[in-house]
Amino acid sequence: MKALTANRLIDGEVVWLGRSGTWVETLAGAWLLETPEAVAEAEAAGAEAEAARLIVEPYLIDLTREDGEIQPVRFREKIRAKGPTVRLDLGKQARREVSAA
Amino acid sequence: MYRYDEFDAHFVSARVDQFRDQVQRRLAGDLTEDQFKPLRLMNGVYLQLHAYMLRIAIPYGTLNARQMRRLAHVARTYDRGYGHFTTRQNIQFNWPRLKDIPDILSQLAEVEMHAIQTSGNCIRNVTADHFSGAAADEILDPRPYAEILRQWSSLHPEFSYLPRKFKIAVTGAPHDRAAVQVHDIGLQAVRDADGNVGFRVFVGGGLGRTPMVGRLVREFLPEADLLAYSEAILRVYNRYGRRDNKYKARIKILVHETGLEELKADIEAEFAEIRDGVLTLPASEIERITAYFAPPAFDVAVGDEAVLEAAIAADPQLEAFAARNVHPHRAPGYASLTISLKPIGKAPGDATAEQMEVVADLAERYGHDEIRVSHEQNLVLPHVRRRDIPAIHAALAEAGLAEANAGLVTDIIACPGLDYCALATARSIPVAQRISERFASPERQREIGDLKIKISGCINACGHHHVGHIGILGVEKKGEEYYQITLGGSADENTSVGEIIGRGFSYDEVVDAIEKVVDTYVGLRETPQEDFLAAYRRVGDQPFKEALYGTA
Ligand code: HEM
Ligand code: SF4
Repeated sequence: MKALTANRLIDGEVVWLGRSGTWVETLAGAWLLETPEAVAEAEAAGAEAEAARLIVEPYLIDLTREDGEIQPVRFREKIRAKGPTVRLDLGKQARREVSAA
Repeated sequence: MYRYDEFDAHFVSARVDQFRDQVQRRLAGDLTEDQFKPLRLMNGVYLQLHAYMLRIAIPYGTLNARQMRRLAHVARTYDRGYGHFTTRQNIQFNWPRLKDIPDILSQLAEVEMHAIQTSGNCIRNVTADHFSGAAADEILDPRPYAEILRQWSSLHPEFSYLPRKFKIAVTGAPHDRAAVQVHDIGLQAVRDADGNVGFRVFVGGGLGRTPMVGRLVREFLPEADLLAYSEAILRVYNRYGRRDNKYKARIKILVHETGLEELKADIEAEFAEIRDGVLTLPASEIERITAYFAPPAFDVAVGDEAVLEAAIAADPQLEAFAARNVHPHRAPGYASLTISLKPIGKAPGDATAEQMEVVADLAERYGHDEIRVSHEQNLVLPHVRRRDIPAIHAALAEAGLAEANAGLVTDIIACPGLDYCALATARSIPVAQRISERFASPERQREIGDLKIKISGCINACGHHHVGHIGILGVEKKGEEYYQITLGGSADENTSVGEIIGRGFSYDEVVDAIEKVVDTYVGLRETPQEDFLAAYRRVGDQPFKEALYGTA
């Protein structure tokens, strides 16, 4: 299982490609890519968003399901999805409440 | 302190306008990321793990209260209320929005600051001893020369596209506090028998994946030839430095592959062609720049020592602070103070906007309006009266800045590591925090004595781990963080690169391992005065290996 991630051009915010083709600010909203077709479609959407100046440097990450929750495989991507492990008041982890949007 | 002249002010503000235009063109789609990236890097803007990062130059680590307040303002208005002071005497903000950066830069330009040449393959911010112009052991203040080098290297047309980045450091004291031997060019100011000023010149030092100690290429370079000789070195590097492989592109590799003698001959040949030309520094120009760095009018202090001693006798915290964070000053009755950005358990080098303002206030009130950033990621008030130390200490304590640990085991250098950095392979900040907590007891720290622990989150070595008495390098092994320990590194006048002691340790194990190394040292030193390096150089790595891995 994969997802497509990038940073938003205008402010650098970490984003993932969402199910509806929009770019979302939390991993929970990411489109989970389970087939080669989905991956190809996502990558095309990424290239398009890059050309449209929404995001920079999109790339695929690996995901797993841990205790029913979707998690990035690499530690680096876990930190990107949450924020600095040394500053729990910063990054996405600091605004869990609004993550549903 | 150096003040911008009209040319400087115009140059910096034109640069801000130019970058504002570049950002607009990027957002409007007239520039692709491939086109824009080198432009943003030339203005100190990186893209990191969570956001953009802005690196702002603090030339030779010197700033005044107004500048520090402006950094606080930027932290509060455009970032998340804090900044990170780095080993290159700069400051980094971790959360700026691209669209705000032109405004940030224009705010900085108002106080004579910028982010030019803090990134990219050019001559970077010139660093210097953080006690410059103050230290009791100083031969001369190196900052005028650092400033001259800065002016020469700023947008130098020939050296804007070097094979790789290029770092210069200058010290004016025999005891090297600027780590000059791990820079591409390291300069140590000296005087000859007749009192003439010159430099010992080291070339080809560097850390990263291939650490090397700089080689002495000139025993005495007359000050007038500083620029011509530097230009000769850069020309040779620019011509022969490798561009085919970025891991082999630094001048240290050129020194290594060409051989010192041949390279020296190349530099001398180039120098012979340009010496006595336009780059020769007239004495009047050196004087003009030096005047900006004239020492403040020191009061002739009477009775200061008694005031300080009485306060110390009444306050053990102040006593500890005075013992570690107060350094000898050239003027009687004065001292330089280290403001530790290493409170126990905190991220090394981080300061909040409020803390920056406290430091700015203290500098203005007690410190002749001068602040320094040290490459050890601390702040310094270079000129304070000894009688004012109790008041300064009290104000620092209130701001959480009075940790009396300068040069001790908890005064750890750490790069941002995997918590922020896109290149990292492991975290470094939390390792520093846990070590700091493990050794939190002030008595234990004082018993251990001087000790430098330095941590990097990847092989790029921004945390100087190679030259830590104890170095820690974070790597990734099978998806887990792993930490390699090196021992015996040093970045002073006897620079050495540490040696890997053995297999690495997991994130959970590494603090225990460091404690074992420290305890082993304390157990085997001949006297409490024998520092870690001396002990290590005497006994070698065997006792440490045994302590870490058993006798096998
Ligand atoms: C967070 C973004 C950063 C990035 C992307 C970055 C990147 C790099 C890279 C690629 C190198 C190796 C260069 C080479 O060997 O050619 C390097 C070296 C270095 N960096 Fe950083 N760095 C970052 C942050 C820092 C920080 C925060 C500091 C200061 C604490 C710092 C100070 C240094 C130093 C001192 C070196 C090694 C000295 C040398 O150039 O030989 N860097 N950095
Ligand atoms: S050493 Fe590596 S992890 Fe640390 S700041 Fe430098 S590039 Fe990043």
